Amino acid sequence: MFEAFATLKQHFAALHSDAEYWSLRYVREDHQQLAMRKQVAEPPRFSRDQGAMLSVRLAGVEAYAATNDLSRQGLQAALERATELARRIAPQALLELRALAPSGERGEYRSPGLEDAFPSLAACYQLLAAESAAVPSDPRLVNWRVGLDLTQVEQLYLNNSGAELRQAQRFVYPHLSVTAYDGQDSQTRNLGGAHLGQQGGAEVIERLGLIGAAPQVADQALQLLLAPNAPSGPRDLLLMPDQMILQLHESIGHPLELDRILGDERNFAGTSFVKAGDFGHLQYGSSLLNVTFDPQIPEELASYAHDDDGSPASREYLIRDGLLLRPLGGALSQWRSGLAGVANSRASNWNRPPIDRMANLNIEPGGQNLQQLIGGIEHGILMASNRSWSIDDARNKFQFGCEWGQLIEHGQLRGVVKNPNYRGISSQFWGALTAVGDASTREVLGTPHCGKGEPNQVIRVGHATPACVFSRVDVFGGAA
Amino acid sequence: MSKPDALSQFEALAAWLRGALGAGEEFSLGYSGESSEFIRFNQGKVRQAGHVQQASLCLQLIRDGRHAELQVTLGGAPQVDRQRLAEALAQLRQTLPLLPPDPYLQLNREAWHSQVLQLEALPDSAAVVEQIGQAAQGLDLVGFYAAGPLSRGFASSSGAFGWHQASSFNFDWSLFHSNGQALKAQYAGQTWQADAFARRMQQAREQLSYLAQPVRTLAPGSYRAYLAPAALQEILELMSWGGFSAQALADKDSPLQRLHAGTASLSPLLNLHEQVTGSLTPAFSSEGYPRRDLQLIRAGQPGEQLVSARSAAEYSLPANGASPWESPQSLAMAAGSLEQDEILARLGDGLYIGNLWYLNYSDRPAARLTGMTRFASFWVEDGKLQAPLASMRFDDSLYDLLGSQLEALTRERELSLSTSTYRQRHNGSTLLPGALLRRLTLTL
Repeated sequence: MFEAFATLKQHFAALHSDAEYWSLRYVREDHQQLAMRKQVAEPPRFSRDQGAMLSVRLAGVEAYAATNDLSRQGLQAALERATELARRIAPQALLELRALAPSGERGEYRSPGLEDAFPSLAACYQLLAAESAAVPSDPRLVNWRVGLDLTQVEQLYLNNSGAELRQAQRFVYPHLSVTAYDGQDSQTRNLGGAHLGQQGGAEVIERLGLIGAAPQVADQALQLLLAPNAPSGPRDLLLMPDQMILQLHESIGHPLELDRILGDERNFAGTSFVKAGDFGHLQYGSSLLNVTFDPQIPEELASYAHDDDGSPASREYLIRDGLLLRPLGGALSQWRSGLAGVANSRASNWNRPPIDRMANLNIEPGGQNLQQLIGGIEHGILMASNRSWSIDDARNKFQFGCEWGQLIEHGQLRGVVKNPNYRGISSQFWGALTAVGDASTREVLGTPHCGKGEPNQVIRVGHATPACVFSRVDVFGGAA
Repeated sequence: MSKPDALSQFEALAAWLRGALGAGEEFSLGYSGESSEFIRFNQGKVRQAGHVQQASLCLQLIRDGRHAELQVTLGGAPQVDRQRLAEALAQLRQTLPLLPPDPYLQLNREAWHSQVLQLEALPDSAAVVEQIGQAAQGLDLVGFYAAGPLSRGFASSSGAFGWHQASSFNFDWSLFHSNGQALKAQYAGQTWQADAFARRMQQAREQLSYLAQPVRTLAPGSYRAYLAPAALQEILELMSWGGFSAQALADKDSPLQRLHAGTASLSPLLNLHEQVTGSLTPAFSSEGYPRRDLQLIRAGQPGEQLVSARSAAEYSLPANGASPWESPQSLAMAAGSLEQDEILARLGDGLYIGNLWYLNYSDRPAARLTGMTRFASFWVEDGKLQAPLASMRFDDSLYDLLGSQLEALTRERELSLSTSTYRQRHNGSTLLPGALLRRLTLTL
């Protein structure tokens, strides 16, 4: 671990520039992708990626150069390229950052259990083969795939203000999907709605429920094939955690990103219905809504000690008792806006610059267990496992679809329904939050696939949320 | 033209690998590299600027019917890169005995050769920034400029060798009116011409005045609609998620499975091609197959599928140079007969939709999808633009939009180069007309 760091530190110490500030961010990412489809092993895919980004500030103007050449000459060349770029764009630069203090932080962060070896390739394939073989024999089950992805990341951040931050993380992503087909319709069921991922080691595979899951996932795909379409009309909506994370991500996470509010993303990812003046004033949801930025849950995907600009990360309430308090904005966005934010300036890799990202964005548990949540619904529907998401560029009008639906009548779960969808408007939807599940309903999930930024970046985000109930939501099913 | 350094580097690595191969071993070796300028704009000024230099190899080792692949980032120096390739080879040699033979392994053992070099001189980025700054004076411009050479390579132990290297630029931007309404524009290609860019910007500046009217909010319901090529592109991109994939069709995970089953139909006006000829994409696939033009939809009927090597083996189909994920990279739709200056008149009363945004399926097997209007969308009455539209959600089936409700396609088509830069710059493109629809269903 950290094998390249000593050499990189030597190279960094030898760099020279006439910029007032410069930094190096080195990332090495090793990835292993294993899968078995219908009991046939797919060829494994491995990747080994490494490189560094040199960032400079020259007369208050910042620029970067990312390079795969990690020699001393390569790093010096990148530093000079970034410096020259900063000099040349200066007349047209939007920001003058002389007053923004650079990080001087020093520290180290490691994923839990990093010292423990991960199961061997042979052991992983054995596990996948067992799960793949556990899908029952049924001619309607036309496809199934079980997989295990593993990513290990080492990162070093250095700057000429003395900062030195080391990070070593391991991410584990189990997945399982089964498709059933009856000659006309097909229904696919994914374990955890395809949003299973945590930091850690072998224990993640079991904790997220992959082992022994295949028969139940297959059975649910068959149940969906036989089920009627979800009904249309207003109903109380019980969202399970593997759909809640999507609801949270799209209609709280993205609208609170401060760079969107500052207009940087208007050409691509979009803007926000939230304005800078709303913080401290806007009642975002009902008084039951408590949302935190929490980088301190060890197994969650985006737990870390410092962000990629070197700001120390701590738990903060973004929304408390429904009141909007704080945006998702790193040091630069905080400086631009004058708002207090969080340490969420993050880059997807060495070849992309840090921007405001979600990290771990969580909903704090309430006081009801699942039976109580269901028992409190007179005419409603349970939805689980996101499969479709669409929202406008201001993150307001949304439509989401789930894999699994079950009607709720008079406080009791009733029949399964397929193609459950719902639509609403963020600024109104969270006001209809009427019940929040307790810690027993909460799951720590996330995705490695959050996209944003120009150049585009796809990044890991963690979400932990309980099940929640919303009143009178516009629900509908699939095509007849 | 002298041989590019990246090509020499790749040739040397492929030659070394051939020499290092053991008895019974075969390989394929892919190459991907770029040297890119990235400049973001906000409020007409440079918000973020940088340069990215990266290159990687993807080594697939095959022996006794077993195979695995490893992608490794190169460092740029010959001895470093040879060492990384040697380490990759060693790791794969250790891995193969742990794997069962793959029944769906299929290799192309033809020794084909292909080379394309399109290395046009690109403008100095500072000069581009200055031109954009001048053209955007007084405008709230937000945008992204990406430029530089892209390289893709392929070599195999059977003697195949492909190299594709092309320089290009892509400036993709939006202009915002003070009322929050915006329009989108793109200037992309291989040779930057200051006057052509100035004309494109002036055109966008003039369109901005249409956005000054008070915004019209529509009630949910059915409306006639015109989809500009950029809006139609969003629909086709979603349709390309498995729509033409041999594996998705076989696994019943394709949005077009009912079309292929004969239980649903598309309009006879619809002709879609994977148009490799003349595109900026390489003439070979990452799996080592030469790519060719394919007709994916013929007069509304299913045409050829995109067949990767793996699907070819599994479903006994001929491989046709499709990517492993079997989605088109240079999609072209045949033109129709609607003249550009007749669009508004033919639309009459309805929606002129400049762009769509964030599409996804409401019911994938039924090809039912949803999405939002975005950028330069208007309410039209009696053939005249009346007011910009508030963002509206639609929910409809492909079999309606591109089937029973498709009234006409425009004679003029627009070429759009991909703006995608996830992990690396992409070189895909679309060539599409606009589409006049008898009905589009708005839901929110």
